[in-house]
Amino acid sequence: MSTRLKAGGRRVDPGKPVTFRFNGRKLKGFAGDTLASALLANDQLLVGRSFKYHRPRGIVASGVEEPNALVNLGEGARLEPNARATTTELFDGLVARSQNHWPSLDFDVGAINARLSRLLPAGFYYKMFMHPRPFWKHVYEPFIRKSAGLGEAPTDADADTYEHYYAHVDVLIVGGGVAGLQAALAAGRAGRSVLLMEQGAHWGGRTPVDGGEIDGGDAAGWIDAAVRELEGLDNVQLRLRCMGAGVYDHGYVTGYERLMDHRPGAPGPRHRLWRVRAERIIVATGALERPLSFAGNDLPGVMLASAVRDYIVEYGVSTGDRTVLVTNNDDGYRTALAVLDAGLDVVAVLDARTSATGALPEQVRGRGVRVLTGKGVAKATGGKRLEAVHVCAQAGEGAVIETIPCECLAMSGGWSPVVHLWSHTGGKLSWDAERAFFRPDPDRAPTGADGEAVVDIAGAANGHLGLAAILEDAHRAGGGEGAPAPGTQPEEAPLHPVWMMPDNARIELREKMWLDFQNDVKVSDVRLAAQEGYESVEHTKRYTTLGMATDQGKLSNINGLAVLAQALDEDIPAVGTTTFRPPYTPISMGAITGDARGELFQPIRRTVLHEWHERRGAYWEPVGHWRRPYCYPEGGESHGEAVAREVKNTRQAVGMLDASTLGKIVVKGPDAGRFLDMLYTNMMSTLPVGRCRYGLMCSENGFLIDDGVVARLDDDTWLCHTTTGGSDRIHAHMEEWLQTEWWDWQVYTANLTEQYAQIAVVGPKARAVLEKLGGMDVSADALKFMDWRDGELGGQPVRVFRISFSGELSYEIATPAGRGRELWDRLFEAGAEFGVMPYGTEALHVMRAEKGFIMIGDETDGTVIPQDLGLGWAISKKKDDFLGKRAQERSHMTDPNRWQLVGLLTEDGSVLPDGAYIVEDGTNANGQRNVQGRVTSTYHSPTLGRGIAMALLHRGPARMGEVVEANKVDGGTVAAKVVSPVFYDPEGEKQNV
Amino acid sequence: MSDLSLERAAPRGMIALRGDFDSLAGPCREITGADLPAPLGAAGEGRALLWMSPDELLLLCDPGDVGEVLARLGEALAAQHHLASDVSDARVVFTLRGPGVRDALARITPCDMRPGRFHVGQVRRTRLGQVAAAIRLTGDAAAEVYCFRSVGDYVERLLATALESANRERVAL
Repeated sequence: MSTRLKAGGRRVDPGKPVTFRFNGRKLKGFAGDTLASALLANDQLLVGRSFKYHRPRGIVASGVEEPNALVNLGEGARLEPNARATTTELFDGLVARSQNHWPSLDFDVGAINARLSRLLPAGFYYKMFMHPRPFWKHVYEPFIRKSAGLGEAPTDADADTYEHYYAHVDVLIVGGGVAGLQAALAAGRAGRSVLLMEQGAHWGGRTPVDGGEIDGGDAAGWIDAAVRELEGLDNVQLRLRCMGAGVYDHGYVTGYERLMDHRPGAPGPRHRLWRVRAERIIVATGALERPLSFAGNDLPGVMLASAVRDYIVEYGVSTGDRTVLVTNNDDGYRTALAVLDAGLDVVAVLDARTSATGALPEQVRGRGVRVLTGKGVAKATGGKRLEAVHVCAQAGEGAVIETIPCECLAMSGGWSPVVHLWSHTGGKLSWDAERAFFRPDPDRAPTGADGEAVVDIAGAANGHLGLAAILEDAHRAGGGEGAPAPGTQPEEAPLHPVWMMPDNARIELREKMWLDFQNDVKVSDVRLAAQEGYESVEHTKRYTTLGMATDQGKLSNINGLAVLAQALDEDIPAVGTTTFRPPYTPISMGAITGDARGELFQPIRRTVLHEWHERRGAYWEPVGHWRRPYCYPEGGESHGEAVAREVKNTRQAVGMLDASTLGKIVVKGPDAGRFLDMLYTNMMSTLPVGRCRYGLMCSENGFLIDDGVVARLDDDTWLCHTTTGGSDRIHAHMEEWLQTEWWDWQVYTANLTEQYAQIAVVGPKARAVLEKLGGMDVSADALKFMDWRDGELGGQPVRVFRISFSGELSYEIATPAGRGRELWDRLFEAGAEFGVMPYGTEALHVMRAEKGFIMIGDETDGTVIPQDLGLGWAISKKKDDFLGKRAQERSHMTDPNRWQLVGLLTEDGSVLPDGAYIVEDGTNANGQRNVQGRVTSTYHSPTLGRGIAMALLHRGPARMGEVVEANKVDGGTVAAKVVSPVFYDPEGEKQNV
Repeated sequence: MSDLSLERAAPRGMIALRGDFDSLAGPCREITGADLPAPLGAAGEGRALLWMSPDELLLLCDPGDVGEVLARLGEALAAQHHLASDVSDARVVFTLRGPGVRDALARITPCDMRPGRFHVGQVRRTRLGQVAAAIRLTGDAAAEVYCFRSVGDYVERLLATALESANRERVAL
């Protein structure tokens, strides 16, 4: 039985009872409890089932390293799966459910897997699920999906909010134990700006439990004084419940602060992701105790020795009346003392070492406890809880000498420094054979941009386990002068590394020795992997799933690789560790998202006419980050009907389009003409002032990247229109060439896209609309096709471009954005008598396709050159050079066998599916139908009353009149005739009136 | 807790001015009465110059004066290679007031908002949430935020969210 003690419990307040529910049962705890301590206080030893064998699992640890006690925490919109009970602060009304069992925690059908464990060895999945192939989809995968997985995925939207915080500090210290506090004192007193993060809710780490004196007084008193002093320093910032999650390049660190997990529903963000730039990082993350590998070490009731004393000292919770301690070091004896101090029984200490004569063992002996040296655990036995420990000689094969009934078995296999954050960004480790752990190698620290170490590590994390050494090391790391407060603790004798208990355990025992409790990886699995040829620790990890659980091997890693080293007959450092990757423990998706959800999920760019479109009932299409009206359905119209109406109205009367999103980049300077001649495939330097020219831009590999109309504003100024999605990209492209390659050319650019609203007035009655508004001469003589003029319309300053993307008489009118809505309203009003209607992007697309105009992103996909699209006319033969010229002369680009642009008309008038292939006879090596081209644009043309399409076809232009087959979604094909891509007004008479 | 406030500023005249700073200094002094600002700085009262990059300034003036200022610049710099563009309509400006203004902005910008690093009177071109923006600290407890017009609604909501959080809890600044 585990239970609450009458006395003790530094953190809990018996005056503040708290009620909570576990698997529907109403239980009581105290303020200050963790969920784990409260469960233990209620004798809830069984908290879950393991991943693979569904073995009963109890609480093993008291902190972040806990592999078993994971629960579904909360409900509905506040359900969090895989919440660690040991780091979940208890609050009134907490609701938790255990995971990974069916139908119930006590009776779990999946436990049959344990009986079959011989059939589920390491690499089982790889071996079993290969054959027969169809079984994967229909048998194996559904079965695995149902039986695997831990917590439930929430189905409701998260009720909480989250935020980021960007901090910049001189010194960031991760870990608020005595090392972190000492380092913060040193750095803070020196006047440096300091941010100190502690993942838990308390300062001082485990020192108050482990004992010792600092500065001649008890450690807890020193911790309180240190925190008070730090709180008084303006240059020091202290954050509890804030975990240093990851260390990245250039002093960048993420911190995960849990603000509301212990008081859900309180106002404010639940989690805050700290994004810190620190000049110096000090990792003071302490150390974690290792379990011992003996048979039955996964039974509920077997716990880390440090956890047993934590529960007694911090929470006043007994983990059992009768405790057996099994250890290979002196530190474990602290647990025996804590158990005795609580008035409970230590039945025996099993010390794997042949002698134990240090101060701590002597104290334990002095209190009448039986200490058996050279002994270990042959096996622990019991069902859903531990019943007895069977003692054997550590040097032997596991013959049982004695059986000791007990409720709790505290195990200590020594300590491993928490080097994770040191290693995240490249800090190297060396093996300390004497203490049997990996410790940071100070000569191979993570370095910053200047090549100097940017991460330092101090205290237990740096391999110092004694209080005095911890404080000295932290004082050094914090840049302190002189000597720090002295720490005193009993001297400890060296440990004896134990990777398997007993040394020569037989296979039956090895099959019950758990390394990874959550993932059910045992000593026998790692040895099997070695036997099957796995030598790399990274491969073994993936083959056996060792360390791949949510705890990421915090308990299993070192033990596992030591077993692997033994099996391979290698030294531990030769095997090495797996890679430490951030985050240190899982962080919430919400914290990563921050405020980017709901309306802030993604910035939506709005033109000044957005509201008008919205009110008109526009159906939106995302274009870049903009939203553009796709069409404006009226009455009960379908989108298709609306598009057809908009096209017809524009072709027969007049339409208006919001073209504000088009990129507008001004390019000015004595070398601007020369620059544009390099950027565009055609000649822009010869463009007369007052005129416009359509231009193509290619990458240096020759592929089309953008197109648009260029206007020459004056002698040394051009205005380049880009595609909507291209404005930022093309501006950056220009600046890159100017700043890196042609830095001595006198050219300035400015992206003026947002300065102007731009409205297209399109259709045979467009001129009449503008003339009604009046203010400038827009007649065919004064403003010819491809002219532009500055002027006024209705008293408003405008720049009118007579350009056309529809094939109709068309004006694009730019005005300062602040007056865009005014101009739109006036034009719309003036157009009323001529039947003006707004049209959307789909009508624009249909009309340009009817005219055979290409669209970047439809006819191009990064592999298409202008020559493929019949745009040879827009490629200057006179220029010595332009971006892409040389590339377009390569043999593959000039190959006559390239796919080239044609129009397609289906024989039955139907609309070809988007992206259809034009098929050819036969199949390729993969048994797929051969293809000879693909459809790039396909629409129903309301003007022609039939489907039209543009396509890239093998030797297309030479095959006019031929009938080809394009595939359909249903598997069949449809016949289409190869025609010119210009379906409407091939002579261009309509736009030139 | 401090009470932070946010409002969309009245339209103002803005001219993006690129050129060699030696040749811009004279005309700018005549027009604004101020010397060119140091890097990351701002200069001038009323009409002001904000440093944007080693070859770019943002000239602020009354919206009604933009035409006249552009004409004067064009005349004075006729012989110099330069680019002066009216960008008054391309951007919107928000005014933030309250003692927690640095703390609020630290929630949404990677820019170092510490008083010792970002001085009153300085300007930073940076990122707010997911968009480009500039921050001008106009006082110990006041800032202006400049962003593109199309994302004005996004930035307004983003700022409001950050201000609300800073009103609830001052974190580090």
